[in-house]
Parts: sequence; C-alpha cells; structure tokens
Amino acid sequence: MLLRHTTAEPKVEREALTINPSKTCQPIGAMYAALGVHRCMPHSHGSQGCCSYHRSALTRHYKEPVVAGSSSFTEGSSVFGGQANLLEAITNLFSIYHADVVAVHTTCLSETIGDDVPQIVAKAIAEGRIPAGKHVIHASTPSYAGSHITGYASMVKSMVTSFAKRTDKRLNQVNLIPGFVEPSDMAELRRIANALGAKTVMFPDTSGVLNAPQTGKYEMYPKGGATVAEMVSAGDSLGSLALGPLAAGSAARHLEVQCKVPAQVLELPIGLRATDAFVDALRNLSGTVVPEGLMEERGQVMDFITDMHQYFHGKTAALAGDPDQLLPLAQFLRDIDIEVKYAVTGTPAPKWAKQMAAICGPKAKIKEGGGADLFQLHQWIKQEKVDLIFGGTYCKYIARDEDIPLLRYGFPIYDRVGHQYFPNVGYRGALRTLERILNALLDRQDRDAAEEGFELVM
Amino acid sequence: MTPVSPESALAALTEGLPTKVARKRAKAQMVNQVAPDGTVPEIGVNARTIPGILTMRGCTYAGCRGVVLGPTRDILHIVHGPIGCSYYAWLTRRNQTRPETLADVNFMPYALSTDMQEENIVFGGEKKLRKAIEEAIAIFNPKAIGIYATCPVGLIGDDVHSVARDVEAAHPGINVFGFSCEGYKGVSQSAGHHIANNKVFTDVVGQLQGRKPGKFVLNLLGEYNIGGDSFELERIFEKCGFTMQACFSGNSVYDEFASAHTADLNVVMCHRSINYMAEMMEKKYGIPWFKVNFIGAHSTAKSLRKMAEFFNDAGLKARVEQVIAEELPSVEAERLLAYERCKGKTAMLFVGGSRAHHYQDLFGEMGMHTLSAGYEFAHRDDYEGRRVLPTIKVDADSRNIEELHVEKDADKWRELKQSALDRGMTMNDYVGMMPEMKDGALIIDDLNHHETEVLLEMFKPDIFCAGIKEKYVVQKHGVPMKQLHSYDYSGPYAGFKGAVNFYKEIDRLVNSKVWGLMQAPWQRNPEIAGRYGVE
Repeated sequence: MLLRHTTAEPKVEREALTINPSKTCQPIGAMYAALGVHRCMPHSHGSQGCCSYHRSALTRHYKEPVVAGSSSFTEGSSVFGGQANLLEAITNLFSIYHADVVAVHTTCLSETIGDDVPQIVAKAIAEGRIPAGKHVIHASTPSYAGSHITGYASMVKSMVTSFAKRTDKRLNQVNLIPGFVEPSDMAELRRIANALGAKTVMFPDTSGVLNAPQTGKYEMYPKGGATVAEMVSAGDSLGSLALGPLAAGSAARHLEVQCKVPAQVLELPIGLRATDAFVDALRNLSGTVVPEGLMEERGQVMDFITDMHQYFHGKTAALAGDPDQLLPLAQFLRDIDIEVKYAVTGTPAPKWAKQMAAICGPKAKIKEGGGADLFQLHQWIKQEKVDLIFGGTYCKYIARDEDIPLLRYGFPIYDRVGHQYFPNVGYRGALRTLERILNALLDRQDRDAAEEGFELVM
Repeated sequence: MTPVSPESALAALTEGLPTKVARKRAKAQMVNQVAPDGTVPEIGVNARTIPGILTMRGCTYAGCRGVVLGPTRDILHIVHGPIGCSYYAWLTRRNQTRPETLADVNFMPYALSTDMQEENIVFGGEKKLRKAIEEAIAIFNPKAIGIYATCPVGLIGDDVHSVARDVEAAHPGINVFGFSCEGYKGVSQSAGHHIANNKVFTDVVGQLQGRKPGKFVLNLLGEYNIGGDSFELERIFEKCGFTMQACFSGNSVYDEFASAHTADLNVVMCHRSINYMAEMMEKKYGIPWFKVNFIGAHSTAKSLRKMAEFFNDAGLKARVEQVIAEELPSVEAERLLAYERCKGKTAMLFVGGSRAHHYQDLFGEMGMHTLSAGYEFAHRDDYEGRRVLPTIKVDADSRNIEELHVEKDADKWRELKQSALDRGMTMNDYVGMMPEMKDGALIIDDLNHHETEVLLEMFKPDIFCAGIKEKYVVQKHGVPMKQLHSYDYSGPYAGFKGAVNFYKEIDRLVNSKVWGLMQAPWQRNPEIAGRYGVE
C-alpha cells in the first residue's frame, strides 16, 4: 500500500492541514497562460525556486521546453525589495532572449514584501530598458491566494488590460478566451470555429507552443501563441466567449468594461451539452450556420452513447481537478448515466460546489477550497468505492491502492502523453473521452470476468 | 566537423551579452588546465544568479526539504507556507524507499502543507501551523516531524523553531525540529543542504543508541536513492560484509539518522550536499570520513577497496576482492559491447554538485569523452578540490547560512582515524572535478539557457546531461539528452548493476536511429517540384 496511513474514517476534523493537495499555487497558472502569447517570456518575480518548480512541473506535463525568467531574489532583495532584480531581469530578457513580450507574475515573496510591479515597469520604461515595440505585462499572483486557476485568470485578464484597444471600427470577429486547458483543446476550439466559418481571436493560445513539432531545430519562441496585434484587436470584436468561468470569466468581463465588447461566460465545451452551448453561442455571435461536418461529429458522439450505454449506466466516478473542467465533465457523465459520487477541487469555488451538487444530486459529496484535497477524496473512496477516478497523475496512488481505473484528466499529467495532442473539448473531445471511459470499464470487465463469462463481443 | 577550440567557445559564450552579464559570467567559465601539482585555475562560483538569465538553479527550500530530507520515509515533513512549495516537492525527486513490512511507516507519498492564506500572511501563521501539526500527529502518529519554512514565513516572522519546541513539549515522545530554509536564502539549493545538515546534526544524530550488528559499520553520506541507487549499494555493501548504519538519506529511517554516530566511518558520495555532516560528525564523535564514488564499475571497485583498507581486516579485504571478482566480469562484458558502439563519442554534463563529476567515470568506461562540464550549485572546493578551502572567501550570501560551532563530545568521541593515517590513507579528501578532467575541457558553472544553446550549436555533442528543464530544449536541438537528476525515470546507475544499466541506456541514446528520421523525404530531396498535367 502506498497511501498506507489513509484510513476510511477521519481520525481528526482537519481545519489547518492540507494533505495531498488538489491544486497548486497561482504563479504556475500565470506562467502557463503567458506561454500562450506569441514570443512571450514569462517571468517569475520571486526567488528562483518558484520559477524552477513551475518550469519543471509544466515540462513534466507537456514534455516540451518551458522557458521562463526569474528575478532570483536573495536575502538582500527580500529585505530591500526586488526592484533592482526585476529591472536587471527586464534588460536581460530583452537583450539576451529577444522576447517581444515579458509577462511578469509575482510570488508570495514579492507580494509579501510589497513590491509594486507596475511602478517598477514604469521605471524600466523611463530608463529605456524596454526596446521600442516590446512590452512588459504584469499579473499579481501571490501564492497564498486562489490557486493555479486564479493565477491563470489573472494573467489572461492582464492580456486584456495591457493590450485590448477599442477603436472606431467593429471587427467581424469573436474573442475566444479558453480556460486552463491543453494546447490540443485550444487547437480544437479554433478548428470548430473555422468549421463554423467564424473569424476568431483566441488568447491565450498555447497550441503550437507546448505541443510543438520535433524538427531538429530549436525555436525559443515557436510559431504558436496569440500575437500582440490580435490581443489589441480584441477590443473591437463583436463579442467574447469566455470558456470556463473561473479561469476565463474575469478577462471577458474586463474586456466588456474596458472596450464594451459583450461578454458571455460559458462552461468549457467538455461533453455534449457544453459543446452544444459553445457551438450555439459562437454561431449566434458570428452569424454563421453550423455545418454538416460538425453535425456529423455530434451525431457520432450520440451514436457512441446510444450504442454503448449499457456499459456506462449505473457506474460510479470520483473526480479531482479544476472546477471549470469538472463541472461540464460531471454533466457529461450524468448524461451517460454515470453517477458522480465525489468531487474535489482545491481551488476556492463555492458557487461551483452548488452547481456541482445540482448536477450530481444530493448524495454526491462535493468539496472545494481548503480541505478539498486528495486525502479527503481517498477517505471517501475508502468509505464507499467507485468504478472510475478522473484526475491528474497524483490520483494514481489512490487508484493503485484501491484497484480502481484512473482516467488521467486535467493537470498535472506527468506519466502519460496524449493530452497535448488530443483534445478533451468539442465533439471530438467528447468522443475521445467516451472511448477512454469505455476502454477502462471494459478492460476491467475483461480482467475480472469469470472464464465462462468472458465475452468475445461487447 | 572541425574541432572547436575551447578558447573560441569561451569567447562565444559571452559574445553579444550585456557587459555586466558578460563580465559576471566570464568568472564562472574556464578552460581547464591542470598543473603538474594538480592545481587548477580559480573559478568564480557559488555566486548570485543573474536575474533574467534562465538558470537551472532552484532554491534553498528545495535543497533542504527536497534533496536532503526528502528521501527519509518516517520523518513527517510539514511545509509551512502557501501550497506550491509542498506541492512541487511531492514525489518529484524519485527517491525510492522500501519499508520492510506493510506495517512499517511510509510518509513519502504524502504532501503536507499549512496552505497559508492571505490572513495567515497578515496576522501570522504560527497558530495555523501549530494546529496543522496537531492534526498531522492525530492522523500519522509520527516519531519525528520536520517543519519547513518557505519564503513568506521568514518575512512575516513566524518562528518554526518555537512552534517545534511547543509541540515537542506537548508530545514528549515526538522529535520535532524546524528548518529555516526560506527560498530566498543563499544563492542556490546549496544553502538548503547546509541548513538541513545543521538541523539533522543538532537535533537528530546522537539521539539514539543501537549500533547495528557487524564488524565493519559505516554510514553512507550523500546518496539519495534516485532510481534505486541505494538499493544496489545496500546489496553490494551487504555482500562485502559492510554494515550500513545509516544512509543520508536514501531509503533511510529516522532511527538510522539518530544512531549514525555509532558507526566507525563515514563515506561521502555527494560532497556538496553533505560534507557539513561529515565534518561535524568527525569533530564531535571522531568518525573519520573520505570521499567515495559508486558511479562507474571501476570507481565502485576502487571505493570498496578503500573502505576495506580503512578497516584493515584481511578477511574483509579478501571478501571485497571476491565480490569485485564476481561482479566485474559480467559488467565488463556489457561495458565492452557499449564501448565498441560508443567510443569516441562526446558528452557534456551540467548537473548537481557531484554528478557532473561522477558520471564522467561512466562515460570514460564507455570510451566517451567529456567536452564540457559544470555544476549547478557547487562551491570552489567541488571544482578545485578541498585544498582550496582555506582560500575561499565567504561572501554575504554564504555568511547568512549558519556555520555551527561543533565541539568534541567527551563521552562519545572515539579515536578512529589514526590507524588509517598511519597506513598512509588519504582522509577528508575531495580532489574536485577539474583536476580529474582533461586540459582544454570547458568548465562552466551554473550553465544558463543561452550558454546551453551556444554549446550545442558549437560542439554538437553526442549526448548532453542535465535536468528536466533542459531536457526538451536540448532534444529539440536534435541532441539526445539524459537527465541526471531523475535518470529519466530509470536506473539504478550506481554500483555494478547500475553501470550496466547506464551503458545500455547511453548506447540506446547515442546510437538511436530515430534522430536520423527528422527530415521527411521531400525535405531531403526538395528540388523536384511541379507535376505533369493529367486530364
């Protein structure tokens, strides 16, 4: 047993101790979002361990280069402030690494000592440290608030406040603001929009950055990422679709206030209904017609469900991960008659918990924020088992101890690949998810069946 | 390819950089030159990282919680800080551990954190920490607890040590100790190693008696059981007749740390991370130490022989020779296979505080040549040898890390060294990396992203060794990359069996045909274009 000290019944009511978290800290979300800007260098204003840990975590998840700078605070900078370090870093990032955009996010260290990043950036401009046509943007992401999801949201919001401009002319384009999803998901969103014939601007966009091809030639700034020009033009778009209220909502709402671009906050298009809602909203906003091809994809999802429904019906699942992903996933599981018994997210999300309860029913155990960790989830599972676990790689310790199949879902996935290439969003993503669920269940049935009950056709 | 002169490479490393950066970096870049007496040029290391340089380095917390204490399975590690610090140190270093029975304690798969929130930063987090520890005791019932301070903890003035004392007073059976390992201290993880060494030395070592049975009892220091290295060394030690009293800290338990002072010898693998412990144990308990290297089959044999020589027992020496004679032939057979396929190929190593040195032995056994090497967080003695220790200037960043004043323990001090000295053995030794490298090799400390790219482009090495952050940067250049922190999730590479694993792994990497498939046929043969018109 790996988690041999986890017992079904709690030995104590926990109020202060987190064990095996289902979230991490804000800066990594900001770093990930910044990688979705073309020729952008994320920069961590803190001690260098933060940057090292975040780069390592993202690299393990994507199996791709993840570059980012650090202010490399020492004890001295922690006492006297990090201004000198950030100014020096800005100079170096532009002159050595030739970034077009440097996206600075803060850490618990720089926030606790009260470094004023906008003031330091103003000083950098005044001192001529930022070459003409280049930009430094900033997000406040202290690790002691929110989670990686709010850190992501904060950096995406900063893209709006730093770049989006309202001019006289309205552009026939729609802003797509994806939540914390994979590069494959972002590419799929664009493919769906293209299929609809909708012109879009998407930011951030990590496709082509964190799933870049191996060519034998390293590109520090791969082809992907939203350009500054695109983000500037977002202020003239017909409307914004924020996909995922917690990770993308804030950017869309700021854009509405700042540039009067109407915001619609949708769920991430995971599963049938949420994808329907996304396609419908995009169709209406862009004034286009849903093409035959997309209808075919939807029909295939429906076909899969109706063909194989017997294997889904009545199965039970436990979910751990990010709120924006878990809500539409839970809805999808309910739609195919899988019962969601437990769900945890370490991200503070009280509204999400209510919505989840409405979707999953009164018997489901749902927990968010403090205490909503994998230790809690494991205790619930020990009290009453489930058939499937959905979550990141850290869930594999529970999965192995309890002999329950794990469907790797969300962040982080350190031990498998595929997430960077194959989407979870859209009808294609729904089809992939259905296939993965079915295979997990049927593999289990094949493994456990009595010899006489071992089925050839399923 | 025309060979690149090291001098021109050195010039290229700083070319076009801002003057201040170039000047600073030049101090950490050398062309190796070993004088007849073994001295090498002075290198400027253990210096502050330049902001914005894209360093490999991590922080003090990582060195303390992650490196030194992380591998111990029954000390309950509670991280006092926002969630990320505990999260990122959670199982990511691949320290394997093997509890003897299912009933034995294993806290390794657990990440514990106080998950500090804004109100804890504003009003102080000691109360929450105290409560979190009580909850952890109720759940895990540990015999020892380590509390790790992260950046904001030091800034707001939370005192992990006073909390540790309070908890210990309330729970006399539990040893509770705090580490002031805030990430901003020092210039790299190295400061964290020192802080970890200090606290384990003052609060753990010497707390228990209970020397393990055996005539030749020693501690292995600076071996962290990445990928099962410690398991292989445990196997070899046992076969030879050595008793490992404690390992700092691969596959270790608290009781072994606490009784480590009962051993007769300390052998040191990773000099950088653990030399403090070796020095302090010698001063207080009289336990002598010397450097060993179990990376490479011949280095392993050499180290075993030195250990047997120390104990100066004919039976032990014979047994060690017998083990080497048993183990080496099959290793040698594999080595020759790898040698034939890898000889003449080139390697670069930029990792840690010892591995960039140790692994050169393995590459050497395969006939591969190390063009360039450097450490991530080492000090001058790791490069130039301990002979330079008296001349190392202590800067402000290092002075902030406490240097313990250790005195001889009159009751526990034993004379263990003299006989070895009388027999002419070299003790308290580390010759450093540079004296063991060829003249003309490039030595670069704290290699950064820019320099990595320059090296790859200029030298096109057959293999490049570093860590996870560099892994795919290097491979996207079309150069195979081997992680020498995590071993790319394989191993062990230490000892005899480890050497075989490494030969095979490097052979796979440098001889894989997959790197030759990078271009599609139409890229290799692009001039044919156009098509016939077909109706």
